[in-house]
Amino acid sequence: MSDHTVGTRGLVFNEPLIFDRSVPGRVAYSLPPSDVPEEKPERLIPRKFLRKEIAGFPEVSELDVVRHFTRLSQWNFGIDLGMYPLGSCTMKYNPRVNEDAARLPGFARAHPYQPEELSQGALQLMYELAEYLAQIAAMDAASLQPAAGAHGELTGMLLIRAYHVSKGNPRKKVLVPDSAHGTNPASSAICGYQVIPVKTGPRGSVEPQAVADVMDADVAGIMMTNPNTLGLFEEHIVGVCQVVHAKGGQVYCDGANMNPMVGIAKMGAMGIDVLQYNLHKTFSTPHGGGGPGSGPVALKAHLAPFMPVPVVVKRGARYALDYDRPHSIGKVRAFYGNFGMMVRAYAYIRTLGPDGLRRMAQTAVINANYLMSQLKGSYDLPYDRFCKHECVFSDAIQAKKDVHTLDIAKRLMDYGFHPPTIYFPLIVKGALMIEPTESESKETLDQFIAALKRIAAEAEEHPDLLHEAPQKPRVSRLNEVKAAREPNLRWRPGPARPAGGRGPK
Amino acid sequence: MRYIPNTDADCRQMLAAIGVRSVEDLFADIPRQVRVKGDLKLPPALSETDLMRHMRGLVAKDADVESYSSFLGAGAYNHFAPTITNHLILRGEFLTAYTPYQPEISQGTLQAIYEYQTLVCQLTGMEVANASMYEGGSALAEAVLMAHRATGREEVVVARTVHPEYRQVIRTYLAPLGIRIREVPYGAAGGTDLKLLRAAVTEQTACVAVQSPNFFGVVEEVAEAAAAAHAKGGLAVVAVAEPVSLGLLTPPGELGADIVVAEGQAFGNPISFGGPYLGFFATKERYVRSMPGRLVGQTEDRDGRVGYVLTLSTREQHIRREKATSNICTNEGLCALAATITLCALGKQGVREMALLNLRKAAYAKGKLAKAKGFALRFDGPTFNEFVVQAKRRPVRQILGALARKRMLAGVALDRFYPELRDCFLVCVTEQNRREEIDGLVKALGGGG
Repeated sequence: MSDHTVGTRGLVFNEPLIFDRSVPGRVAYSLPPSDVPEEKPERLIPRKFLRKEIAGFPEVSELDVVRHFTRLSQWNFGIDLGMYPLGSCTMKYNPRVNEDAARLPGFARAHPYQPEELSQGALQLMYELAEYLAQIAAMDAASLQPAAGAHGELTGMLLIRAYHVSKGNPRKKVLVPDSAHGTNPASSAICGYQVIPVKTGPRGSVEPQAVADVMDADVAGIMMTNPNTLGLFEEHIVGVCQVVHAKGGQVYCDGANMNPMVGIAKMGAMGIDVLQYNLHKTFSTPHGGGGPGSGPVALKAHLAPFMPVPVVVKRGARYALDYDRPHSIGKVRAFYGNFGMMVRAYAYIRTLGPDGLRRMAQTAVINANYLMSQLKGSYDLPYDRFCKHECVFSDAIQAKKDVHTLDIAKRLMDYGFHPPTIYFPLIVKGALMIEPTESESKETLDQFIAALKRIAAEAEEHPDLLHEAPQKPRVSRLNEVKAAREPNLRWRPGPARPAGGRGPK
Repeated sequence: MRYIPNTDADCRQMLAAIGVRSVEDLFADIPRQVRVKGDLKLPPALSETDLMRHMRGLVAKDADVESYSSFLGAGAYNHFAPTITNHLILRGEFLTAYTPYQPEISQGTLQAIYEYQTLVCQLTGMEVANASMYEGGSALAEAVLMAHRATGREEVVVARTVHPEYRQVIRTYLAPLGIRIREVPYGAAGGTDLKLLRAAVTEQTACVAVQSPNFFGVVEEVAEAAAAAHAKGGLAVVAVAEPVSLGLLTPPGELGADIVVAEGQAFGNPISFGGPYLGFFATKERYVRSMPGRLVGQTEDRDGRVGYVLTLSTREQHIRREKATSNICTNEGLCALAATITLCALGKQGVREMALLNLRKAAYAKGKLAKAKGFALRFDGPTFNEFVVQAKRRPVRQILGALARKRMLAGVALDRFYPELRDCFLVCVTEQNRREEIDGLVKALGGGG
């Protein structure tokens, strides 16, 4: 295995819960001493509003905290450690200069309610980022307020709803292709719409006829994803938009997969009315173990009156926050959005420039097609077309030996790779959705290909190796059924369990 | 380009292996009329040095809470964060990981979330907490939606002392579902008028939502509000915008709250012009299956070792699609980690000491400002670290503008949120404000600004 793997066993520590490290009297903080009269709290606030000390809250030293979280960090896989081809998540390199930029005091320490004239740098950055995002999608404007991709979907669907309401009827249904992310139907439902599925055609695209069959005057719009979750460009997108528009519907596009489109295709020209970006995917802001994300929406002019307030505007040389927008949907969160993420995405766009962004998209597509071409034959490829940012295989060949997608995914860990997205999209049974991004070199891709080919061979010869995988991580497969049947969702005071369970492997 | 390793030669080799002549062949399925012709109209690429020079040029136009004396709060608070918080969240294994879908190689994130869930329960006095929401406002909107699902009722009662932007978010979230909102006014003490609150609650009320300390900094009678909701079979939802108060104030869980949400920014996350922040979301065990967001649970691996996984995900959108409890997908992972590290560092003594410092400093400032010429306290209810000051002689905007020129951000004008309070501003004092700053503010106000 050593020829094909970068993962080895390092010295990894056992570490209990922080609560089990607690020793009364230990501290890890220093607050300034009080320079005002030390009144008893019950003299300032009625006693009935005051609590007793928080039972079980940790008491640890500073080094305890540092070691605790450093040890925990070592149990994680991250992009900094190796290839993380999680399909649809665009796990690209997270540049550190962006972290420095976001920590500059005028960004990190600026208060959202400080006067506009003392926030001109932050507002300029937001104004320019919105312009860049509109330009990249060939749309007319962008709102930066949504906190994540799904939040952007919600915002976009609220805009579509507000548009229909302004025409006198919110309409009742939203069309969602069967390959869509689960957030799409959920976002439609939160907006009060009934979800009507649309079947994907044999080439992996939504076909205009399939849309026409369910499109009527009760349909508010369609939620497309382009490129879709099969990694394929929706080749009939222009026709689909025409069908929807002809009946007065609007086209939403889930822009989770925008990475291969930047500098390549004009989403606005396809007929899309509103689209969300995931700054944590396309524009390199760190995923942080599951957020914070940022999900700005780019939109056409006819939806602009409904944008969330405030909108950053430029009046002469001065930037301002415009709240005076009577048709606005209101707010989807407090303040202006995940500003710190905007700084990072802005820094990324300014670092790459137009040439760099196009090269980013092209390289991501070359990398995905290279993987697809090299793994074809070893794994079943249900849609054999050039892909965009990702390719989707299935476990159909390995399933004959009772080896399934989950086993393949777990075995990849032993070779030092994060597994792809698995069992999604739902329309491919046993899907393995692989997105290499432009960040990976040809050598890394070759190692990954070799590992997956080796795993395909193991499936034939030693299927148990896969069933018992992973072997190298600190824990083996975890009992998810037990977790769901006997939910243990928090620590409670009681006798401590031994550190790390039964000790090192 | 330093972020893209493959050279032109690498690309040529790969294109040959794919079996195409040029990268254009891979885009042949995109119709001509929707292709970008030429370059995007964006500024040219910047070197690392030039980028930081440009960014420093931008921040030079911004105030920040270090170079100004800041008394701004209103949902975004300037608090001490231990140095170690920033260092630890920058570890690449935390920073560059994603959602822990593969638990065997995500135990660090998962155990940290389990610890976070525990800390949130301890602070709020609740039984279960999720892995975090986007921020306080949308967390409150999700809590109200959850109450609607749990009760099947179509009306909610919201105190007018809830952060005005949170109320705006609730309105935006509820509008498409046709759920009615009744807002309850505040009384002379600055707390919710309990008589009017009780009158507003009916058999159709899904929940009563209050914030404590409320937007004016006043500690609300949470127990009374919760009792009013329960009397008609509704749920009690409590929002906390300033969670440092939980170090000292009775947790909502002990006052009858069914759902508690909070803005968690105050613990270890920079003010950052309004985001990214994180929303605490906690409830009772019996409602866990209607709760939105991710949950981490403890379990065992095949060899009996303790480990953690994402669990109860049948509530979530990737399984339930349009029938999910929410469309939320990501939580605010790294912000929640920063809050966890900060709470561990502060610990049992620190959360109390920090809260006490806030209470005492704010009380000191309040006492001084109450005596300043031309100013008065607008409300007389008990407050934590914020309070409303009324300006009797000059317009608020003029006063605040004059102080800003003296590098003092004295407070948030309330005219935009409460037209009837156009002569008032909201002052926040935290442990970060030194006594000299407070005295300076009082002097500047009393001395004629």
